[in-house]
Amino acid sequence: MYKILDKSIIGADEMVLNMGPQHPSTHGVLRLKIITDGEIVSHIEPIIGYLHRCFEKHCENLSYEQIVPFTDRCDYLAAMHMGHAYSIAVEKLLDIELPQRVEYIRVIMSEFQRIASHLIAIGAFGLDVGAITPFTWTLRDRERILDLFEQVTGARLLYNYIWPGGLAHDLPPNFIRNSIDFLDYFEPQIIEYDNLLTTNKIFIERSADVGVMPKEVAINYGVTGPSLRGSGIPFDLRKNEPYSIYDKFDFDVPVGEGKMGTIGDSWDRYYVRVLEMKESIKILRQALSQIPDGDVQSAMPKKIRPKKGEVYSRYETARGDVGFYIRSDGKNIPTRLKMRSPAYCNLSVLNEISAGWMISDVITILGSLDIVLGEIDR
Amino acid sequence: MKHAKDKFTLLEKFKEDNVIVAKFDDLINWSRAGSPWYFQFGLACCAIEMMAAAGPRHDLDRFGAIPRATPRQSDVMIVAGTVTLKMASRVKRLYEQMSDPKYVISMGSCANSGGPYWQHGYHVLKGVDLVVPVDVYVPGCPPRPEALIQGVLELQKKIKTETPLRKKKINNE
Amino acid sequence: MNDNIVSDKFKEKCTLLDNGSIMIDFNDWESISQFVYDSGFDYLMCITSYDLESDDTLGLAYNFYSTSEKKYLEIRIEFNNKEEIFSIANIWRTADWHEREAYDLMGILFKGRPDLKRILLPDDWEGHPLRKDWEEPEYYNGMPVPKDKSYWE
Repeated sequence: MYKILDKSIIGADEMVLNMGPQHPSTHGVLRLKIITDGEIVSHIEPIIGYLHRCFEKHCENLSYEQIVPFTDRCDYLAAMHMGHAYSIAVEKLLDIELPQRVEYIRVIMSEFQRIASHLIAIGAFGLDVGAITPFTWTLRDRERILDLFEQVTGARLLYNYIWPGGLAHDLPPNFIRNSIDFLDYFEPQIIEYDNLLTTNKIFIERSADVGVMPKEVAINYGVTGPSLRGSGIPFDLRKNEPYSIYDKFDFDVPVGEGKMGTIGDSWDRYYVRVLEMKESIKILRQALSQIPDGDVQSAMPKKIRPKKGEVYSRYETARGDVGFYIRSDGKNIPTRLKMRSPAYCNLSVLNEISAGWMISDVITILGSLDIVLGEIDR
Repeated sequence: MKHAKDKFTLLEKFKEDNVIVAKFDDLINWSRAGSPWYFQFGLACCAIEMMAAAGPRHDLDRFGAIPRATPRQSDVMIVAGTVTLKMASRVKRLYEQMSDPKYVISMGSCANSGGPYWQHGYHVLKGVDLVVPVDVYVPGCPPRPEALIQGVLELQKKIKTETPLRKKKINNE
Repeated sequence: MNDNIVSDKFKEKCTLLDNGSIMIDFNDWESISQFVYDSGFDYLMCITSYDLESDDTLGLAYNFYSTSEKKYLEIRIEFNNKEEIFSIANIWRTADWHEREAYDLMGILFKGRPDLKRILLPDDWEGHPLRKDWEEPEYYNGMPVPKDKSYWE
């Protein structure tokens, strides 16, 4: 932390710096209005809305089945999670019971998607701090996960696979063997990332003790996901309020402990993501060995027409806690659909935790919060 | 088997002779097409595929295209993603800050014509060609990295047919 | 899934709805919100604004969660679209951005908070798009807003 000098001693004025919507280090089109005293930041105002694509207005005019591709495009780095969260919300309104094979396949897809999203988060964080090699390595490993997704769904980034009531189609024949081959290849790679980035002295000096987020601030600002767990709070929706079949699997919830600095700094938020990838591998191995047979489209309703009512359902994505609030009037299109995105609340804490740091530390803190602008602006 | 007409392309001439006689137009076009430095203007989901196209598997660097973060040092602007009405004035301003010769590749269906948000999107600009002139359109939602590489190759073909030494007419650009 | 603390204390002011949420009058929101925070609901998950299509009524739904006792709470307020609602941005800091979005897209006014301005749409945008009676403008700053359908229609 750096102290801002008293103005009466030195007679300096504040400067307003604009990190405009197009910038190589903000993760998307985000504008930051930074008010600094020299190089030290005193106030940041994030200005969003440069990617507002009217998702909620579309949802009021399209039927429940037609909304699924639009949920993919909200958080484009974790598209399976958005589809899964939306399907769980609609199934709560309809009150249907899913076959076990559908639940297992959905969990497998979600955990692969979590690994892929964390790989980009780690690589982009290294890129922000100045390390280019981890970015190319994580992209290389992510391409192998996208190969697996392409075998199942046909697409690399936006899948349209998890539909309310089931799945689009079943798994291809060699998928389970290919996934186990990938997991055997990937587990030693995490040790390589540790050697390159996690225990790197320059990386630790750039990120440890920077942007400390205390516990009460985190909960009051509504921060969720790895950013919250980096501050020492062991809250994960998959363990505390389990949905789908997550109560059948045995895994831990990694929590930041302040190994290299204080609890809740940027290094902790980064390290929680590395540990979460290891936990996802554990879940995947258990799920791939227990997957039962069945028909994936047997529970899908011919026409989705829920009765009148409201529902709020939560889901743990790679960035935090996504919530869908759906109001239905008995028609086949929702009356109001609101998506509470985790990155929206994670970004609002930026002003609180970056006062007193330098401008280049702001980039580090923004990278450790891991935001996606498609989800913030919807 | 080498075709007879290949003997007269610029590349073959560089391989065989020490003295090369060619049109000055061809030499300028050849050097411009060989290094299209692109301005990374990634807005939404297509930006991830643009990053993957620059990544290790589909390498865009072997065509001479490297990403630059500032418009002053780049030749091509790849508009990847949805352009909203709030962002449109910035796209125009950044296009004007690039120096000649400059080209625009519109990547993805959102930048081509509004994409899946054409029907009820009140804040979406229906196609980036309403604010900047576009040279190559790459369709897809999102287009695969191989499709983006084909777009860059089409741009190279287009650059090679230009006539930089003659005065340009405004309609024929 | 809902807790009964609020409906027990403020019996005459609450109506219990079908799915367990509580409907209150917007004039009582100031006292009830402080009580909700003091009873341990420290995590405000979401503020949703909705438009009932009849006679200019708008609504707000607040979803709370208590991290210590693992309980949910949903509170709903319905009011005429010219009223001002008490803002809870001083108690739960995350409500700041949620209320700005409710103002931006639905036009709900909040009192007791500094600087209510638009967050997603540009500053010179006119109208509130998520209302059911809103119509798309033809042009915005010289750019056409609706899609040009002369290619196929």
